[in-house]
Amino acid sequence: MDVLKKVPVREQDAKVRAANFEEVCLGYNKEEAMEEASRCINCKNAQCVKGCPVSINIPGFIEKVKEGDMEAAYQVISASSALPAVCGRVCPQESQCEGKCIRGIKGEPISIGKLERYVADWARENGIRPEGAAEKKGKKVAVIGSGPAGLTCAGDLAKMGYDVTIFEALHEPGGVLVYGIPEFRLPKEAVVKKEIENVKSLGVKIETNVIVGKSVTIDELLNEEGFSAVFIGSGAGLPKFMGIPGENANGVFSANEYLTRSNLMKAFREDSDTPIMRGKKVAVVGGGNVAMDAARTALRLGAEVHIVYRRSEEELPARVEEVHHAKEEGIIFDLLTNPVEILEDENNWVCGMKCIRMQLGEPDASGRRRPVEIPGSEFVIDCDTVIMSLGTSPNPLISSTTDGLETNRHKCIVADEEFGKTSKEGVYAGGDAVTGAATVILAMGAGKAGAKGIDEYLSR
Amino acid sequence: MYQILQARELTANIFEMVVEAKRVAKSCEPGQFVIVRKDADSERIPLTICDYDRQNGTITIVFQIVGAGTLMMSSLKAGDAFHDVVGPLGRPSELVEEDRESLSKKRILFVAGGVGTAPVYPQVKWLHEHGVAADVIVGAKTKDLILMEEEMKAVAGNLYITTDDGSYGRSGMVTQTIQDLVEKEGKEYDVCIAIGPMIMMKFVCRLTKELNIPTVVSLNPIMVDGTGMCGACRVTVGGEVKFACVDGPEFDGHLVNFDEAMKRQQIYKTQEGRAYLKAKEGATHHGGCGNCTD
Repeated sequence: MDVLKKVPVREQDAKVRAANFEEVCLGYNKEEAMEEASRCINCKNAQCVKGCPVSINIPGFIEKVKEGDMEAAYQVISASSALPAVCGRVCPQESQCEGKCIRGIKGEPISIGKLERYVADWARENGIRPEGAAEKKGKKVAVIGSGPAGLTCAGDLAKMGYDVTIFEALHEPGGVLVYGIPEFRLPKEAVVKKEIENVKSLGVKIETNVIVGKSVTIDELLNEEGFSAVFIGSGAGLPKFMGIPGENANGVFSANEYLTRSNLMKAFREDSDTPIMRGKKVAVVGGGNVAMDAARTALRLGAEVHIVYRRSEEELPARVEEVHHAKEEGIIFDLLTNPVEILEDENNWVCGMKCIRMQLGEPDASGRRRPVEIPGSEFVIDCDTVIMSLGTSPNPLISSTTDGLETNRHKCIVADEEFGKTSKEGVYAGGDAVTGAATVILAMGAGKAGAKGIDEYLSR
Repeated sequence: MYQILQARELTANIFEMVVEAKRVAKSCEPGQFVIVRKDADSERIPLTICDYDRQNGTITIVFQIVGAGTLMMSSLKAGDAFHDVVGPLGRPSELVEEDRESLSKKRILFVAGGVGTAPVYPQVKWLHEHGVAADVIVGAKTKDLILMEEEMKAVAGNLYITTDDGSYGRSGMVTQTIQDLVEKEGKEYDVCIAIGPMIMMKFVCRLTKELNIPTVVSLNPIMVDGTGMCGACRVTVGGEVKFACVDGPEFDGHLVNFDEAMKRQQIYKTQEGRAYLKAKEGATHHGGCGNCTD
């Protein structure tokens, strides 16, 4: 074996997987995992741990994998992470743990994500669960939202001995893990559901169909229902539209709607009660991970799919691996292209999208080169479906119904990074509700910080 | 699970159910809605809260069979349960939040079309309990489709029934009655609230604009989550895009783009038709209807 290279991971063939919703990456087997683990040089001052937002003892668990003791490896991981089977799959490791790996200087970094995934999958298949609290603290904590931030916070608090209830607005817990990220990247029954059951096995209760701000308010939870503290992990689920003509035509969807129909409501299945548009030619506007997910979903539903993005390939915010997978599957990238109008036929149905070509100008405040329209370069992309994937912002429902909760101009809740403390006593927050749309693992890091903050507050 | 305590067929294909949903019953106000799912794999269906009992923790929903989802729901009996009931969703009716003093002086007209009678009822009842006697027009295609006449009579100021075919009450569309009341019978109204099929609301608004009566409508676009996270229910109101589930469902009817809203309701028409036929005819349906050849 070449120690400078990762042990390759098995994947479904691109042609085959483009027509199914099965998981693309098949993961390591035991031999492959142990071989990959043997590449780790077990640094004393491990940089990879610093790159992990929840500070998993990475060399520690890899050492156990090297020895073939997967159960011990799982306990090392689960001391820091509530959702390892999820994170091993969806974290952008290249800019986190693996980005800091010393091995990566001369060759390829250790495949930390794939190893974490292997260990978590092994534990699930062998019925190993995280260890719960030794003794109860007798205090109730409410967690709002059952996405990565809420699940992590709840798991950590339960391990500390708190009586935790999660309130979820949808009928199924998991947040973006169930409605956003597609089956082919993150299997729902086999992975997400099981990982949530692990959190429940720590004693966490989950009440679905509760919209905090409508069904019950934070003040009622604190004053009437006996909760001593609240963690808000309600995410950033409000979709943005461009505000261009034709955007309300039939066949224009937000990526949130399209993905919710497919992932949460299972509309990709022929026998689903919930319908979904199976377009022939789909244009996805945007270049983030959500755009890739929507595009690859549309492809699997039988469409020719174009990603329409106003900057160039270098600036695509999506993970390199996702862009690579999308290309392999046959997604067409129309870069340096921006929509100006959606064309509709006499019955209000999308029949094309007028776009303009862009060029990159001077770098803006964020350091990215600003796209500038090329005058007179308008042209029409022929399509029957448009999916807008322009990002999301926090839903103002909770902040507008809670007295004394400060928000910033982006409607994000203001909370400190170390403990998730908000302007309201006993109320903590973290994840996309605070930062705006970011990653699963950053939300988990914030959930951990919130749990720490709440424990500190309730121990006073 | 959300237990069904009472279930009855109000009239052909229109069902009323009293469902246990403690959190919804505790916090809901007239004008708000819930989303229900019959089973673990059912579609999410938005329905207006037609009545509520805070003490017993129940809400009342009324729905008409219009497709596969509602057809399957209609088979539920007392003792059965919904898999999911979530709410209350949307904003309460503006009347509820109005200053009581000015509200008591208001001359209010409700216009209810078909199954829209059910969501009108809690608002009229609420006003009645707060000392306001609102006039109500209830319209339906024919006599058999008139809903909740007795209940409405008990809480309305004046109740006017109208049927398209003249089989009961006045004859013609609800717009005819509005016109007659204002132009021939000397009635004056400060506000009109119209709830019913989109096409009815459109024509009521066209008329009330001429008559200079401010009008509120409750829109019923396609919804998925009902919490503002997807925009499936977006409508154009006064040139601005609004999400009916969080900004509504009630809007100034004179500002709503009804033509766009009606076309958006048709997005899944063919798929809905197929699902309905499959639910209704099961395995006996093999595309013989001519609507679903594949």
